[in-house]
Amino acid sequence: MENEVKDKKQNKEEPVKTLPSVSSTPHVRDKSTTTNIMGCVILALLPATGVGICNFGPAAILVTALCIGCCVFFEWAFEKICKRKNTIGDLSAVLTGLLLALNLPVSVPWYIPVIGSFVAIVVVKQLFGGLGQNFMNPALGARCFLMLSFSRYMTDFSYRPGWVGADVISSATPLADVKGGASFSIASMLLGNEAGTIGETSALALIIGGIFLLCMGIITWHLTGMYLLSLVVFVIIFGGHGFDINYIAAHLFGGGLMLGAFFMATDYVTRPITRKGQIIYGIFLGCLTGIFRIFGPGAEGVSYAIIIGNLIVPLIEKITVPKHFGYKKPASS
Amino acid sequence: MSLLTFKGGIHPYDGKELSKDKPIKDIDPGTELVYPLSQHIGAPAKAIVEKGQHVLCGECLAEAGGFVSAPVYSSVSGTVKNIEKRRTITGDMADCIIIENDEKYEKADPITDKPYEDMSRDEVIAAIQKAGIVGMGGAGFPTHVKLSPKEPDKIDTIIVNCAECEPYLTSDYRKMLEEPERLIGGLQIEVGLFKNARGVLAVEDNKPDCIKLLKEKTKDIPNISVAALKTKYPQGSERQLIYAVTKRAINSKMLPADAGCIVNNVDTVIAINNAVREGEPLMYRIVTVTGDAIADPRNFRVRTGTNYKDLIEAAGGFKCEAKKIISGGPMMGFALFNPDVPVTKTSSALLCMSEDEAAKWEPSACINCGRCVDVCPSRLIPSHLADHALHYNEEEFLNLNGLECVECGSCSYVCPAKRQLAQAIKSMRRMQLAKRKK
Ligand code: SF4
Ligand code: SF4
Repeated sequence: MENEVKDKKQNKEEPVKTLPSVSSTPHVRDKSTTTNIMGCVILALLPATGVGICNFGPAAILVTALCIGCCVFFEWAFEKICKRKNTIGDLSAVLTGLLLALNLPVSVPWYIPVIGSFVAIVVVKQLFGGLGQNFMNPALGARCFLMLSFSRYMTDFSYRPGWVGADVISSATPLADVKGGASFSIASMLLGNEAGTIGETSALALIIGGIFLLCMGIITWHLTGMYLLSLVVFVIIFGGHGFDINYIAAHLFGGGLMLGAFFMATDYVTRPITRKGQIIYGIFLGCLTGIFRIFGPGAEGVSYAIIIGNLIVPLIEKITVPKHFGYKKPASS
Repeated sequence: MSLLTFKGGIHPYDGKELSKDKPIKDIDPGTELVYPLSQHIGAPAKAIVEKGQHVLCGECLAEAGGFVSAPVYSSVSGTVKNIEKRRTITGDMADCIIIENDEKYEKADPITDKPYEDMSRDEVIAAIQKAGIVGMGGAGFPTHVKLSPKEPDKIDTIIVNCAECEPYLTSDYRKMLEEPERLIGGLQIEVGLFKNARGVLAVEDNKPDCIKLLKEKTKDIPNISVAALKTKYPQGSERQLIYAVTKRAINSKMLPADAGCIVNNVDTVIAINNAVREGEPLMYRIVTVTGDAIADPRNFRVRTGTNYKDLIEAAGGFKCEAKKIISGGPMMGFALFNPDVPVTKTSSALLCMSEDEAAKWEPSACINCGRCVDVCPSRLIPSHLADHALHYNEEEFLNLNGLECVECGSCSYVCPAKRQLAQAIKSMRRMQLAKRKK
């Protein structure tokens, strides 16, 4: 009884009930989190996903769901087995799954998304230490792996009639048409009534998503802008068509460029961290894509360009260490 | 006119509306006042009073322990109770002089009675030194040392840091509005010390009323001007402020004097005015008591040595549980685990928050988003620096100019992965600096 009274008295004297926490500065934090950012990118991909589903029909939903489901499952399972902290809540696995799906043709057999997800999450991402440690974009790494191992399925773009525009059937991608000299339509490249992977066909939907990311401050013009610009310059110089607006537009809006430039090359983990590095990286990707498209055997080049770009990022980082504030050349006094 | 600024920085919620519109209020200092001997950078002061001795308000308790040091004055009249170890803001125990307040506030003689107009340059600096004035923005560097650069003729700009870029703090704002004459008077004294100098009052543009008032008050003074700065944290950081005002960039190895500048904050300049013109030693601070856990947030005129707990009480106490108590602003202040510590010369605010944002999220893996790079005012790569710091990779840390960090905390603030970047960089930096000194 006496003790109780004493306790009460002490409580009254002490205005702070539990000890306030102490930690190093700063004591406030911005609201944005990794999960928010991943969520925004997923949101920005929805228009393109929607167009893909409209064009390619229910099979596209299946492929997308399979990719996302497998990616999340593999991440969860791997972290469980390795006793690492569970990170599926940060949505990065969902994003990888969605990006992988958008990079697959709709006609792939069921096991391709599964193998792709395994390569993306386990081989490219987790074996290197998880989010932030991988040097290659997981979705692209998986795509390239699939291209090399299952090229028959990965390049089969025979158009499955979807819910809209069911009568258009073509098996050549617009860029193949451009390269082969066949006729092409810029309008259908924008809207996506074309052959291609699920997410790459509608340039317009991708640009809308890209602008959303720009407005949210999640990506900046530096990388994407320089990528597109340098590709245009490259095409004008080496494309053999000079300053032909139609030809340039076909290169911009056809194939995987918009998906690559807005969503794949900008992957935080695998691009340089400084603005200057991003500009150099963008120019590098633009030129490399141009080389693959114009001089290479195939019509596409974005995926390979970005993968090779990923590999030289450490080098770019080395040469673009920023000069600190108040920097003075050692020589001059 | 376009606003002056620097590259990088952040825009945190500023919380100033809580306390900004209420006038400064005097507060009863309580019965026991505690004066740490070390309230500044440099040698601790040496006590010159004894237990049981009677002291007056404004009497010297401890004299400077060297050139880079500052004396400590009693802010009340009363009896010296003891000289003993007490807990201070940093959480450490330090030697303190304890005074029992007799509540009579009998005044001691002024530290100087010569009128300012008759003083020589050396006498002015001597008065500032004697008044125990130190940089009151937080570091506590003795002001007379700052005012004695090697080549005084090279000083061409005296900047008063009226940016008050730390969120929640409004003490400078209130002082500018309530005591503009003292502020300008102090700046005039400083400008008078250097023959080539002009004075600049650098105010962030979120205080348009201050800019207007100061502009009006200085319009007839030829060598003093008001500069409007873009509102952004850390606009008040010394290097960033000098750059914003003069476009001269200095690095960690240089002093403001190398760019021809001297920077002081509002309270310091007002203290200079009071010391030189009125012979008053430094014994008051204006302290903002605020935060969402405080019932009646406002600014107080506080006698140094007052207990922080009395401040909380004067502001109406807690209206909910305070999860975090910070001495200073939310970006660079000290977190206290117990508010039972004395107000010192460098106290500027007491912030009580109902939520600890820093602990709300767990740090996760870096996603290389580059935001920390974008906001770093020193133009470093905080994410890489923090990695090197955590792995104790000295060479790489120094290669990436880790020593240039100004410890502003912008990188930690902005990081979406909630990494403790500034903390890692700061401790590594301090370690390296300590090593160099040896
Ligand atoms: S802000 Fe955080 S997540 Fe982004 S690069 Fe810097 S450390 Fe990494
Ligand atoms: S690295 Fe240092 S200077 Fe740069 S933002 Fe972080 S704390 Fe500020």
